[in-house]
Amino acid sequence: MIDERELIDAIERERYELFAGPNYNFAFDRRDFIKAFGLGIVFIVPVTRVLAQQRGESGRGGFNGSLPNDIGAWIHIDEDGGVTVFTGKVEVGQNTRTTLTQSVADELHVPIASVHLVMGDTDLVPFDMGTFGSRSTPTMAPQLRKAAAAAREMLIAMAAAQMQVAPGDLRIIDARFVNHDKSKTLTLAEVAKGHKLVKVIPDDIAITQPKDWTVAGTSVTKVDAIKFVTGKHQYTTDIKRDSLLYGKVVRPATFNATLISSDTKAAEAMPGVKVVTDGNFIGVVAPDQQTASKAANAIAVDWKSPGQPSSAQLFDLLRKPLTERRSGGEGGSGGARPQGLIADGLAAADKKLEQTYTVAYIAHAPLEPRAAVAEWNGDKLTVWIGTQRPFGVRSELADAFHISEDKVRVIVPDTGSGYGGKHTGECAVEAARLAKAAGKPVKLVWTREEEFTWAYFRPAGVIDIKSGVKNNGAITAWEFHNYNSGGAGIQIKYDIPNNDIRFHQSNSPLRQGSYRGLAATANHFARESHIDELAHEIKMDSLEFRLKNTTDERLRAVLTAAANKFGWGKMKPGANHGFGIACGFEKDGYVATCAEIAIEPATTKEDPKNRRVRIVRVVEAFDCGAVVNPLQLKNQIEGAITQAIGGALFESIEFDNGKILNPKFSSYRVPRFSDLPMIEVVLVDRKDIPSAGAGETPIVGLAPAVATAIFNATGIRLRSLPLVPKGLSS
Amino acid sequence: MLKVFMARITSLNVNGKKVTVDVDSTVNLLSVLRSDLDLTGSKYGCGEGQCGACTVLIDGVATRSCITQVARAAGKQITTIEGLEKDGKLTPLQEAFIKADAMQCAYCTSGMLMSASALLNKNPKPNRDDIVTAMNGNVCRCGTYQRIIDAIQSASGQATLKEVAS
Repeated sequence: MIDERELIDAIERERYELFAGPNYNFAFDRRDFIKAFGLGIVFIVPVTRVLAQQRGESGRGGFNGSLPNDIGAWIHIDEDGGVTVFTGKVEVGQNTRTTLTQSVADELHVPIASVHLVMGDTDLVPFDMGTFGSRSTPTMAPQLRKAAAAAREMLIAMAAAQMQVAPGDLRIIDARFVNHDKSKTLTLAEVAKGHKLVKVIPDDIAITQPKDWTVAGTSVTKVDAIKFVTGKHQYTTDIKRDSLLYGKVVRPATFNATLISSDTKAAEAMPGVKVVTDGNFIGVVAPDQQTASKAANAIAVDWKSPGQPSSAQLFDLLRKPLTERRSGGEGGSGGARPQGLIADGLAAADKKLEQTYTVAYIAHAPLEPRAAVAEWNGDKLTVWIGTQRPFGVRSELADAFHISEDKVRVIVPDTGSGYGGKHTGECAVEAARLAKAAGKPVKLVWTREEEFTWAYFRPAGVIDIKSGVKNNGAITAWEFHNYNSGGAGIQIKYDIPNNDIRFHQSNSPLRQGSYRGLAATANHFARESHIDELAHEIKMDSLEFRLKNTTDERLRAVLTAAANKFGWGKMKPGANHGFGIACGFEKDGYVATCAEIAIEPATTKEDPKNRRVRIVRVVEAFDCGAVVNPLQLKNQIEGAITQAIGGALFESIEFDNGKILNPKFSSYRVPRFSDLPMIEVVLVDRKDIPSAGAGETPIVGLAPAVATAIFNATGIRLRSLPLVPKGLSS
Repeated sequence: MLKVFMARITSLNVNGKKVTVDVDSTVNLLSVLRSDLDLTGSKYGCGEGQCGACTVLIDGVATRSCITQVARAAGKQITTIEGLEKDGKLTPLQEAFIKADAMQCAYCTSGMLMSASALLNKNPKPNRDDIVTAMNGNVCRCGTYQRIIDAIQSASGQATLKEVAS
């Protein structure tokens, strides 16, 4: 059963991009379409009442759609015994295709190879809000398991009738129905053959518990890895259609610019080029990408740009109260009521501390930039796009072209990553507008510079913390204000009698939205850095101080596991080396991270005054309940740690007067092989606890662990992310 | 008025075969591979030779095809990800990538495999530092670097970083 509170939390208020209005408004057009179905047996999973209501709620993109039905997922057993699972989730590198396949194979007792997942095709799969918030494992896996479990029981009953044995006498072993003495067998195909059945799964069907898993719980490599190591997988950027044209959008000179005039004559004179203008939108199509780019460059546009702030003014701006009420959430507390009184807590303290922490805007920079291929067949629009929200993009397209959603099909090929950055469909809308004008399919691939400029960023933020601690180690007061970055991961697992924790929205000078882990990274950085400062104030070991202030058994378990593996307290760092530790909790995942850093001379390319901070070693313990696939989980954790290095040490979007100053990989540094520490992962497998998602929370521990390690090595407290964008100044 | 005639490139050697094209000599090789030859395994990631997703081999040397004019590859042996398999058989490096789970979204994988192939051709037993140096121009935003290093070492018949996770 899905908890209502959980669902509301699933759309955190800082997912600003989900609540923003459309970029373009085009003219109206409406038609119909028909869906088809094949032979075999279909098992349908109805969604729970709460989820259905959630879907009916009004809002932007994905939440305002009329629903075709109340189906959560379905499984189709075809006449050849193949198992096809239909889900609205998408694969963006989190390898949920693999882990969901495992769950179905586990429940249905068939080999992994006979299960195929159809994902993120809005004509074929049931509605889904989107692949974000680490929801696939805790919500989709149980739904698919229910379908598979019911399918198994119904198939056994059908097979038993066909074999003239009692259902209780049959088991499924490797996709074959086998009776007790193995004298009779029947394949899945033999049972499915000739049927055209649709069965609805009862919601209360029991699913296999983690302790009894056989396929789930084991390490399985990426299911279709061979397509990727041979270059055969077709990402959106690789899709080709007959008479395909290439598109290019003419971008405004700055953010928030308005179009004054444009001269498109030179572009229109180019052979094969068509220029499309519609309101604030100017784009071109051409027979090839080079011509499209040349044509776009040949269009002279006069933009009017308002004066806009720069990175230097950012943190002062964010402290100012929100002037315009924004949909998608209000300022105020991060969800929990204050407890006790801060004044009382401070009065009881032996030491008081007040500090400010900041985080910069950073970019997702998915290696596959935003791309879409759009094709109109009569009034029906089909768009291939790499997105985490196929149904959200379908709504955006339906809105943009004033057509009903059943006229729009969005297909999401397994995508070149997202990290929360591919929730919106602007690229699809642009490609579709161009294709409509051209009367031919159009591919639009954003350049890296467009991706860095016209997508949205992880919110920047300012965090103020005021606290008090007793000399015996008890924290007595905790006042925490997050400005702009968000409320995720803001709540504490420390037992502090007087606490007041709030998130305040601000006027963001840049477009901002979801990023892997949301604000949990910022909130953990500030909180865990501050915790380390408090421990230092009273001269207590950082690990001991944390354990003293939390009774949370799972948090204590990951802390102890990481510390033991790291050797915390058992050794001293060498000269110019430092150790740091941090821990946290978010989205039902518990994490503890230990880091060792080294301070080294600047490399020849850098300013010799600024020393280099190298992360030498990272140990991270993680508990997300029952582990579905240890290999994939470790891969996610290692990846999160590696990605976190960028935001911790050097990633930062610089901007001035409506322009991004570093919109390229040559000016926006991302983690590379040479930044890689030795990473050791400790999985705390809790078979007694339902599996939580793991795509996000493993990212939150690194930055505070590294910041405190730098303090340990140098005595320098760094309270801004990124910590050392230009190296460590002496 | 002086009229400049752009030179055309009409044939290339790709994956051991001579193929016919008709493209402007200044066009980048990546676009010729992807658009004209339908070899879409090589990827666009940045267009400035900074991410390595477009890496191909030209006479065995790892080359960023997005910043390489097609004229520079004419007459030379071009190898793309599609040309690694021999008779439908994966190379040990490709096998090692699968086994080490050295990918997540895998958009970087083609470029990683091509850079790593060039490395192993030159240095059959690279140590970790050799690998880091050779591969540093290839970006994996999902952060699978440790697994890629493991895969390269494993493919070269060397022991990989010990699995330390419990």
